[in-house]
Amino acid sequence: MTESSVNKLLNGDSCRRTSNGLKTSKNGFVKNHCLLQQPHKYRRPRDKNPNVPHNPSLYKKPFVESFEETPLMVAVLTYMGYGILTIFGYLRDFLRQWNIEKRHIARERDEQKDFVPLYQDFENFYNRNLYIRIRDNWNRPVCSVPGPKMDLIERSTPNYNWTFEYTGRVLKDVLNLGSYNYLGFAENKGPCADAAIEATQAYGVGVGSTRCEMGNLDIHEELEQLVARFLGVESSMAFGMGFATNSMNIPALTGKGCLILSDELNHASLVLGARLSSSTIRVFKHNNMQSLEKLLRDAIVHGQPRTHRPWKKILIVVEGIYSMEGSIVRLPEIIALKKHYKAYLYLDEAHSIGALGPNGKGVVDYFGLDPKDVDIMMGTFTKSFGAAGGYIGGKKELIDYLRCHSHSAVYATSMSPPVAQQIITSMKIIMGEDGTTLGADRLRQLHENTTYFRRKLHDMGLIIYGNEDSPVIPMMLYMPAKIGAFGRQMLKKNIGIVGVGFPATPIIESRARFCVSAAHTREMLNTALDAINEVGDLLQLKYSRRERPLPSLGWMSDESLLKD
Amino acid sequence: MNFKNLREYLAWLYYQYLLITGIYVLEPWEKSIFNSILFSVIAMVIYTSYVFVPIHVRLALEFFTRMFGGQPESTMTLMT
Repeated sequence: MTESSVNKLLNGDSCRRTSNGLKTSKNGFVKNHCLLQQPHKYRRPRDKNPNVPHNPSLYKKPFVESFEETPLMVAVLTYMGYGILTIFGYLRDFLRQWNIEKRHIARERDEQKDFVPLYQDFENFYNRNLYIRIRDNWNRPVCSVPGPKMDLIERSTPNYNWTFEYTGRVLKDVLNLGSYNYLGFAENKGPCADAAIEATQAYGVGVGSTRCEMGNLDIHEELEQLVARFLGVESSMAFGMGFATNSMNIPALTGKGCLILSDELNHASLVLGARLSSSTIRVFKHNNMQSLEKLLRDAIVHGQPRTHRPWKKILIVVEGIYSMEGSIVRLPEIIALKKHYKAYLYLDEAHSIGALGPNGKGVVDYFGLDPKDVDIMMGTFTKSFGAAGGYIGGKKELIDYLRCHSHSAVYATSMSPPVAQQIITSMKIIMGEDGTTLGADRLRQLHENTTYFRRKLHDMGLIIYGNEDSPVIPMMLYMPAKIGAFGRQMLKKNIGIVGVGFPATPIIESRARFCVSAAHTREMLNTALDAINEVGDLLQLKYSRRERPLPSLGWMSDESLLKD
Repeated sequence: MNFKNLREYLAWLYYQYLLITGIYVLEPWEKSIFNSILFSVIAMVIYTSYVFVPIHVRLALEFFTRMFGGQPESTMTLMT
């Protein structure tokens, strides 16, 4: 198929079928008449995902992603580090088993020893012997608004992180690089907070019922109409919790006899929803359109597993921005595939709504596509709107069906009124309907901050994953001891970061994840960058093997181009 | 990174060793166990190489000169 016919498909023209349709050859393998051909030349294995899209005519601006490969020496040393820590873990478990050392973890009483064990000791091996040793970098209590700067309560531990005590001091004005505060709406002053206070005085805080019974307030109706207008869809529905939106609505949409094609790195809520629905689930490689197309073709040709009947529906589940990788979904190619093979698309825009696109309307706006092409647009209000909850948008029939059949609508309490008012006010600010340019300023500031921060980190020689436009920036650390060391060193410099390790990422690819916000000023970013530079030298984190610009060409550097 | 004196540089090298092997997260007594085991293994390697490497090198050199030189030498002279 030529590229021009792919463009025709994108505009909605149907493709002419051949007279004999698609036949399998004698072995049951399908011949390769794929839509998105993979070029067959040999690629040097330097970068994991080459950043050239295979159909460049579908993309209006360059799609640049980089996932630099792990240096071999670093991988070997990381495995060695994990090996040594495992040996010491066995030693400590042995001491605990034989009562030479005191046990802090939950265990059964002696009278229950003959029954089936409640606590499987070995499964928590990683937790006991690796996570708990560096546990002071997580669950730090925040005692102020989690805006660009926050206050943390200082903790000390008498027994190496098994228990914590407060020292009584509060760490003030810690720079916050971990909160999902992309547009800076996490604040306790300003128009959103005032509107939320008025809503509390009008409605109270609790709703006291579910949407289907007595919990449908007029503020919920106003919110849903606003969300539908914001996204450009016919109708939408809002739920009280983002995780529950995914896990409770996918079972209402698909069931037995349906197929769900989900990305490798989808969030736990999507995986849970897919499993609860009891549909067949097949996983395609992360953001890899050839893998998705192969799965689609095999599914349509072979049908359901034993009976070979056609699938009732095929649902492709992807996310807008993947928060652990910082990568953006290849939406134009997925929409071309979905139209060609007549599948449905479920797009989870938890991190991308409000953060991408010239108008802040998410990944559909970023690529300049039509929102009516995406069947189910889901998102959360937690990240860019400073509130809590989730929404689903789509055609009116779909949303009316979900109002009656979704578990979350029937059983879960509806959204609290001040939270709904916060979303309404912040959404109006983003759309520009409140009469000021505050929304456009914030979107522009976020884009500038993202570009600046990513460029500077790249130039320092750190390995950064992800797309150049995504405000989520994972920085690779690799070794287990460095996760703990990085978190502690940054806190000494009064900066709070989030480190991520094994169960959420592959075992050797542990990382620190920065979330840039529109509320960060240029001075704050410079403070953060200086600190990261120093700590990077101290811990030897600059693994990148790309060429870096020479630091001495002051008058020729791009610094002057980035000034406001 | 500027090191004022040798002590600071050595302290930084020790810190790198702690981070790379993963010992950094362990409690002090575990660090001591690992350091003492590693130190004793390295000491044994150094001692063994000090005692045996000159003899093995000399034997190898004599073997190769015999192969390429072709002069008859008795095994008694080789053993002394």
